[in-house]
Order: sequence, then structure tokens, then C-alpha cells
Amino acid sequence: MTHDILLAGFGGQGILFAGKILAYSGLMDEKEVSWLPSYGPEMRGGTCNCSVCISDKPIGSPLVLEPTILIVMNTPSMEKFAGAVKPDGVIVSDSTMVDVKTDRTDVRAFYIPATQLATDNGLQGGANMILLGKMFRETGIVSMDIFKKAVEKVVPAKKAALAANNLKAVQIGMDYEG
Amino acid sequence: MERNLMKGNEALAEAAIRAGCKCFFGYPITPQTEISAYLAKRFRQAGGIFLQAESEIAAINMVLGAASTGVRAMTSSSSPGISLKSEGISYIAGSDLPCVIINVQRGGPGLGGIQPSQADYWQATKALGHGDFQLLVFAPSSVQEMVDTVTKAFDLADEYRMPAMILADGLLGQMMEPVTFPEISAKQVEKPWAANGHGNKRKHNIINSLFLQPDVLEKSVRDRFERYAEIKEKHAEAELYMTDDAEVVVTAYGATARVAKSAVNMAREQGIKAGLIRPITLWPFPVKQINEGSKNAHTLLCVEMSMGQMIDDVKLAINCSKPVEFLGRTGGVIPKPSEVFEEIKRLAGGAK
Repeated sequence: MTHDILLAGFGGQGILFAGKILAYSGLMDEKEVSWLPSYGPEMRGGTCNCSVCISDKPIGSPLVLEPTILIVMNTPSMEKFAGAVKPDGVIVSDSTMVDVKTDRTDVRAFYIPATQLATDNGLQGGANMILLGKMFRETGIVSMDIFKKAVEKVVPAKKAALAANNLKAVQIGMDYEG
Repeated sequence: MERNLMKGNEALAEAAIRAGCKCFFGYPITPQTEISAYLAKRFRQAGGIFLQAESEIAAINMVLGAASTGVRAMTSSSSPGISLKSEGISYIAGSDLPCVIINVQRGGPGLGGIQPSQADYWQATKALGHGDFQLLVFAPSSVQEMVDTVTKAFDLADEYRMPAMILADGLLGQMMEPVTFPEISAKQVEKPWAANGHGNKRKHNIINSLFLQPDVLEKSVRDRFERYAEIKEKHAEAELYMTDDAEVVVTAYGATARVAKSAVNMAREQGIKAGLIRPITLWPFPVKQINEGSKNAHTLLCVEMSMGQMIDDVKLAINCSKPVEFLGRTGGVIPKPSEVFEEIKRLAGGAK
């Protein structure tokens, strides 16, 4: 099984970090993984995206052109990438930030007001993790146990409070109905 | 051994520390700056010297100086910066000095772009500076292989007293993959030629690339080419993937080989007998492996992120005995597995 995941949004929304935690989750699950950031001029004050592959087999090209899972945090990214998602794929959109919906009927699309939920719960900057939680719930590709291990690995012990916030945010996403 | 995720550039830097590199001189340029950044943070506590030079030209000449004293020295840059280093690299080769140079290629010519490219193949393997000389050129295609290549590059550079290049690209430099760092003990090579201070206990050594007598210069070049002949015999490397019964064989190196491997897998799923030859050393070029891997092929397909550079060496390797087709993207565009697959399918005469 191969998951080709694309995360896209504005710089500063935690796209690359969410991708990193996702890749580490695959690593903790003994899978083959790759993580590739966009590093072009768009990174310097514009849109930003990140390709993550998680597979049982060695990863070929790490560049995700046809995602099986798309996470979007801004409208331009939804407009740019929704059409590329593989049939039967999954789109998870931050509906606080993305004001359009996909018209595709051959994918499963979820709209979750992640930025609003983060603010309501005192988790500013946690929208990326809320979206991951929603995606985990809908795809089952990462369990909470594995995710916890990944957070422990990525977040240094002296920043334990951040780890707790990330876990809390993922749980909010996992619990979100809709 | 613990698997960790690391960017290719950072992994190269950590591998250099573990390979016993003592001096790094660099100048920032996208997409390889993480090598400098990592060493700036880590090298001093590991007992090395990191120095950001005032230019690429200064950096390569600092490498020449450090290598002259017998320590392991390294520099890294990306395409336009490598061009600036070319004079110094020729002097290093002419002085028979070992060192490692990393090129994390980006699109060219000129300032070009900052996205991945393989358009410096000719430069790296044919003419990285004036004069008759070669570098060892390695083309890893994963972050783990980058790690393993650094030690190999230093060891062979020391053994043969010549510069070695690791020819990567922006994709390999920027991506993260799991890596492990095997416990390695850097090969200890005696360097009786080094100009490293001796308290007048022996005759002093001179490091030089100037030979005004043609016969003396000719001999120094011929001696070097004898070493090159031995290297060609012993150290050419390639990975052969599903080539045994392959009728269409793709040749690709570095990041492009990953794309090509995906395409070969897609072809196999459709019953097309496709295979891949991935050169791991670009100089010496794996001539034997190309012939071995393509013996049952009716057509070869060279895939590169350039307008077609390695294809020349593939044709020479098989003496143009079979058609060698080409598929390339350039300027920072990465070929898609699907477009390579379509080309394989076309060359194979359609799906089986």
C-alpha cells in the first residue's frame, strides 16, 4: 500500500512541520517514507507545499503529482491541486481558510474549520494538526499510538508542552464530526 | 541501528564529519546551503573547522591548501558555484591532492533556476577545468546512499590522490528519507607527500602543479592516467534492476533513476519487459555493467534532467550497437514516472 500525500498552504501555517510529523509517523510504523518540500520562490512569502510518501515498498519518485491524500490550507492550493487527486482519494480542507469546495464526485472531501477550532481551543497554529487528525480518522493510515511516538521523536523533551498541544489538536481533528 | 529522517544535504554533512573530514570551506547557494548550515552548527564540537569563505573561488583554494597538509577537506556548492570553482579544481587535480566536492545541481545555464537538474554531467565527467584530468564522480540516488558515498569518496580520493565529486541534485539535497549512520572507521592513509610541518626532520615536500619542462609535465599526466586506468578497471559501479530479460532498458542516474524505476515497475505491471541500469559512478563510467544489463535489450532509453548528456557515454559504452533513445526534461522540471512509462511502452511496441 502506498500513500502519496500532498500538504499545501501558505508559508507559516505549519505545512512542512505537519509533513514532517506525518513522515515520522510512517517511520515509527516501520514503513518506507520520503518528505520533499517545495523550496522555490513561492516559499519566500507565498504558497508552500510538501510531498510525503508512505509505503511498504521502496519509494520511487518522492515528488507527489497525483496525491491519494490532499490536505489544503488555502484557496489557491485547493484550486491548484484538487483536480490532481487520484480517484477515490481523500481531500481534507481547512474551511476557515479555504472558501471553495471541490466539484469532484469521485473523491471523498472533508471540510473542517481547523483554524477556527484551533483558536477556540487556545491552540493557535494548531490547525495543521487538526487537519492531520481528521485525515487519520478518515483514512486510518496512522494510529494515535504511532502518532504519539512520532511527536515524541520530533518534539524535543524540553518542549514537552508543545508535544501535548500537538496531541490535543490531533485529537480534536479525530473527534470532529462532519 | 536507529533510523532517523534527514535532509539529503544534512546527511551529506553529517557523513563528512563521520568520514573524518577536518576542514569544510563553503559559500551559500540554493539548493545546498543546508550542508554549510549543518556544519556551521556541528563541526566545531566534532573537532573540525567550518569556514564560510568570501567566495566560491576562495573556498576551493582553501580546500587546496588544507588538502596539501594531508587532512580531509571538502567543499560544496550548486551549479553556478561549481563553475567558479573550476580553476581551483584543475589546480587540485594537477597537484595530485585528494578532496571531496559536492555539487547539488540546479537548472542552468547562467544563474538558471534553483530547481533540480542534471545538466552538469558533461562538466563533472569531461571538463571540470582545463587540462587532461578526471575526477571520481559519484551519483547517489537516495539519502542513505549519499551518506555511504561520502566515506567512499574520501577513501578513494585519498587512495588515488585525486579530487572526488558527489553529483547530487536539488531533489536529493532537499528531500528527507530514513538514514542510519553505520559505525565507520575512516581509512587511515599514509600521506608522506603532505606539506605539514616536520621540524626539519626530513626534506620538505612541495605541492605544485607547474611543470615548465614539457617532458616532465607529460610524465606527470601519464602517471595520473595510469592511475585512472586502474580506477576504470576496479571502481566502476552500477545497479541493475530487472534487466535479465529486459527488452527495453532505461539508463538513468541520481534522482531521475528513482522516477525511472517507478516507470519500469509500471511497465512490468503491464507485462512489458523493461529494466533499469543505474550508474552509481559516472566516472569511471560503468561500461561493463551497461553491456551486461542491456544484453537482451533491443532498445535503450536514456532518461535525464538535461537535454541529453549521459546518453553519449551510454552510446559509447555499447559502441552504438543498439538504438539509444532519449527522454529528458530540463530547467528544473522533473520528469514524471507516467511520461517515462509512456515512452517505454512506445519503444516496446505497446502493452503486452
